[in-house]
Amino acid sequence: MATLNRKDYIKRSAIWGFIVVELAFFAIVGDVMSVSDRTFLSLDNMLLLLKQSAPIGIIALGMTIIMINGNIDLSVGATFALAAIVLLDSLTWPFMQALGDWAIPLAWGFALMTGVVLGAINGLIVWKTGVDAFIVTLASMLGFRGLVFMYNGEQPTSHLNWTLVDFAEAQFLGLHTATWFLLGVALILWLVMTKTVHGRNAYAIGNNREAAINAGIRVGPHFMLNFMLIGFLAALSAVIFYSESGSVNPNDGMLYELWAITAVVLGGTKLAGGYGSIISTLGGVIAIQLLRKGLGHIGADTQTVNLVIGLILIGVLFLDRQLNRQGKEELKI
Amino acid sequence: MAQFNKSDIGALLAKQGILIAFAVFMIGFTLANPRFIELDNVSGVIRSSAILGVMALGVTFVVIGGNLDLSVGSMMSFSTIVVLDLHDKLGPGLAIVAMFALTLALGAFIGFLVGYLKLNSLIVTLGMLSAIHGLTLTWSGGKNMDIADKSGTWFAFFGQARVMGVPVPILIFALLAVLLSLLLAKTPFGRKVYAVGGNGQAATFSGIPRARVVFMTYLLSAFCVATAGLLQASRSMGSQNTVGQGMELEVLAAVILGGASLLGGSGTVVKTVIGVLILGFIQSGLLLVGLDFYVQYIVTWIIIILAVWLDVAAKRGRLWSPIA
Amino acid sequence: MTEQTPVLRLEGIVKTFPGVRALDDVSFSVMPGEVHALMGENGAGKSTLMKVLGGIHAPDSGQIFIGEEPVVMTSPMQAKASGVVFIHQELSLADELSVAENIFLGELPLKGFGRVDWKKLHADTDAILKTLNVGFDSTKRVGDLSIANQQMVEIGRALTVNPRAVIFDEPTASLTDAEKVVLFDVIADLQSRGVGIVYISHRMEEIFRITDRISVLRDGQYRGTLTTAETDEEEVTQLMIGRKLDLSRNESHHEMGDVALEVRGLSCGALYQDVNFSVRRGEVLGFYGLVGAGRTEIAETIFGLRTPSAGQILLDSQEVHISSPIDALRHGISLVPENRKSQGLVLGMNCRDNMTLPQVDDLTAGPFVSDGAEIAIFDQYRDKLDIRTPGWRQIVGNLSGGNQQKIVIGKWLSMRPEVLIVDEPTRGIDVGSKSEIHNLIRDLAAQGYAVIVISSEMPEVLHVSDRIVAMYSGRVMREFTSEEVTEDNLIQAISGIAAEKVA
Repeated sequence: MATLNRKDYIKRSAIWGFIVVELAFFAIVGDVMSVSDRTFLSLDNMLLLLKQSAPIGIIALGMTIIMINGNIDLSVGATFALAAIVLLDSLTWPFMQALGDWAIPLAWGFALMTGVVLGAINGLIVWKTGVDAFIVTLASMLGFRGLVFMYNGEQPTSHLNWTLVDFAEAQFLGLHTATWFLLGVALILWLVMTKTVHGRNAYAIGNNREAAINAGIRVGPHFMLNFMLIGFLAALSAVIFYSESGSVNPNDGMLYELWAITAVVLGGTKLAGGYGSIISTLGGVIAIQLLRKGLGHIGADTQTVNLVIGLILIGVLFLDRQLNRQGKEELKI
Repeated sequence: MAQFNKSDIGALLAKQGILIAFAVFMIGFTLANPRFIELDNVSGVIRSSAILGVMALGVTFVVIGGNLDLSVGSMMSFSTIVVLDLHDKLGPGLAIVAMFALTLALGAFIGFLVGYLKLNSLIVTLGMLSAIHGLTLTWSGGKNMDIADKSGTWFAFFGQARVMGVPVPILIFALLAVLLSLLLAKTPFGRKVYAVGGNGQAATFSGIPRARVVFMTYLLSAFCVATAGLLQASRSMGSQNTVGQGMELEVLAAVILGGASLLGGSGTVVKTVIGVLILGFIQSGLLLVGLDFYVQYIVTWIIIILAVWLDVAAKRGRLWSPIA
Repeated sequence: MTEQTPVLRLEGIVKTFPGVRALDDVSFSVMPGEVHALMGENGAGKSTLMKVLGGIHAPDSGQIFIGEEPVVMTSPMQAKASGVVFIHQELSLADELSVAENIFLGELPLKGFGRVDWKKLHADTDAILKTLNVGFDSTKRVGDLSIANQQMVEIGRALTVNPRAVIFDEPTASLTDAEKVVLFDVIADLQSRGVGIVYISHRMEEIFRITDRISVLRDGQYRGTLTTAETDEEEVTQLMIGRKLDLSRNESHHEMGDVALEVRGLSCGALYQDVNFSVRRGEVLGFYGLVGAGRTEIAETIFGLRTPSAGQILLDSQEVHISSPIDALRHGISLVPENRKSQGLVLGMNCRDNMTLPQVDDLTAGPFVSDGAEIAIFDQYRDKLDIRTPGWRQIVGNLSGGNQQKIVIGKWLSMRPEVLIVDEPTRGIDVGSKSEIHNLIRDLAAQGYAVIVISSEMPEVLHVSDRIVAMYSGRVMREFTSEEVTEDNLIQAISGIAAEKVA
């Protein structure tokens, strides 16, 4: 790992600074305007915030790796929905019902396997055809959604399993199950990206693909592995969320890809690849959720959230460009 | 196979692959169900594709100019909601003018960010997707919009009327397609769009105002979106806030299917229209032969990947990617 | 030396591309501990030869030997494994990663669970950095290093294997003099360890400073090997260009008109400072200097692509302010840019559209571009410049380099400029087309254009220019008339040797 320079420190701490500003702003404004009788900074509220960050958050963490690799995945929303359907539907299969609670890990396994397979399809196509990941996953976003509808038409798929619900609603050391998964995934991916050869090579490939290929790094299998990983994570996100809610609509997960990308970009990961961090993405995820909740807390309409997040995303891009400018001498092209 | 020159076939497929695929589909569906090619069905398909098609025309310019526009779906919802809301307040004429002005202002804002500030278009339009959605919800207060007196207005003309037997949406789509095709293929502006998307640096070195050209492509895209919003509003006379949600990606799919490269510099209006029609006819054809609607998604998936793959393969001269 | 086996030997290498015999029976060998220069003009086949050696191109015939063993190169990886390593001109590093990660790119040491063995990685890297004697440590982010230090990282990468031969491709292109000294020390160290060095460069001064032998390629053919100590620049140059230098001097003279363009005290930050020159109608003014001396940046400023920090630009004695290429075109200034493919042409467009691009606004009939007007212009300049293309519909990317360059020149000539600036007119163009373009430039001057030619190739500057401005490190060192210029004083001026004399 390289030592950071000053600009890196500024960039990496920016998202946490932003979170602190948000916290202070919403706490103070909420207090002054006394629009809400609950305190924004209460522990319960913060714990809930973390829990609510989990579904998009887990996907965004995977998206970080994909983007560091120099790719993008637009199909995660559809993968999310299909994994959810597999999870809930498989619990109703006769042989599964005969298994009692033992069906649960099996159903999780089916759902996660679904995610991995869909990811592998994306990865394999990107690797073997050389078509840009943007186009491949744009198309599979439609295709996977087709599979979702094939499963159960436009009907919702529902199945409540109380053991699952209990598990999903459980709190351990104060944190909800979903939060534990979010933090666990963040920790593991952080280790992968900073400590393992696979993670370091992901940076190298995104940074300078040509150099990586010349150095003998096998770029194709690498892509494929990372697409399988994000498929797995999209499915994991679905598994956690739908264990609790127990009902999935075929349109669920739409636009999740865009939310995840927003969180990743907010966390400072470069769209061109080669630069980014798992921890900063976690910051991006929390910042977005905080904005949602905070605006609600001070009585702003929920719709304002979209407006603000969109403008912040553009603002971040603008600041990043200003930070990277070369000054007056640069070629005006 | 041996007597054919492989690279010739590759070149032909790459160049005219989309037309060949289109022809195969049309013939296949017609054989499966002769009703497919009947005027009623064809006209129905084009009519239901018109809104998507009009948006795709504008995005074609943006993509050829080397950028992306993911905000068109969200912008179309905005136009629809705004024109419906203003209809009852200002009357149809003023409402349409105001809606076009507002939508163009949004397009100008995006064009400014991408063209003059040179920000990455994918992120900018992603941000605008969200921001415009918020704007729409703020405008409508989250409620559905409806025209109160649906029969006492000429507003329904754009979406529902026929002129000489042809539905107006088809006429507008066709008219715009012809005009924009001429603009892109025949005018200095069109030439500049190709140059800027093909090689922005060389365009600058040739004295082409790159920022202004990019700006104009977004303005044009916004104009098309406003027109699509008008058609949508006029057809349904009422709308949800999310009417255009997800269309940005369908539009992009149509443009890519038409053969425009995401790197910019290639594509034509005619090809985009074919891309739109293929999507429309697949949908209709699959329904007519008795397949469920979701099959179109899966078929579209496969077609897009095959189309782009063939294109990429022809350019690099080999089918499989050289990546190890 | 005769007793020894060469570390690397190429024998009878032939490589043809459709229509071109890029390498024609080239043989070449490097002894252990020898620095062997490989020279030749652009397009002489040096880079193709290196690609054959690196396994990127397979030769049609011929054999590569490492020591006494024949090898078949299939990839840069495999070349490295067999002990042949390349230090490319364009560095291939991952900016965001550390020095250590770059040096062991693709070969990071492992411990359990796929983890990187950081301890071993940094220890191994430190050992390599120590032999290179550099002042940065293994955790530094490569993007934060100077170009010279990045090059050291690249060299460090070569040392992860025990290299038999190291190939340096124009390694000093962007180095300062002090940095060059460090590089030459490293090369000397490699030499003392018995590594064979292939040194590709255009810079005579360096060649004579560090190499033992010089091999020359011309038009894809091996032209001979000279012992550095027993030859001189003239002999090498003659081998390279196949004729005596003096013959290629510009000796044509014709009427010159008024001063068309004058530049006074022009500066642009750190890029160049206090530049003064003028060019008359009917005159070719040459700019000669090393890459990075500021020549291209001056041209870009005059063309409105950079904002000067001080100074004036005068056209016909009137001061003008040029803030964009559009302004420049309006004032009758045209620039044929340095990099044909990235700046000169839209490669996916056809010949005609490329040629008429700057004036497409004026070639209209009603709202539409007039086919007839465009084709008329294309035909006119196709004939004038003798551009060989099947027709205007031909996609420019499919033309040869020479014809592509003529399209770019045609594009700017058709604007009928007062001042034509041509940056590296013959880069990457075969020898035949080269002299055509040179003659063309002379003709343009004779027709009354004021022409500025920027070039890194001395024979070219000498051949086409009436006067020559020599630049070094952002400053004009000296201005020569074609009578007073000699190869010696020109080299001195651009390598900074004359700097002390002038000051």
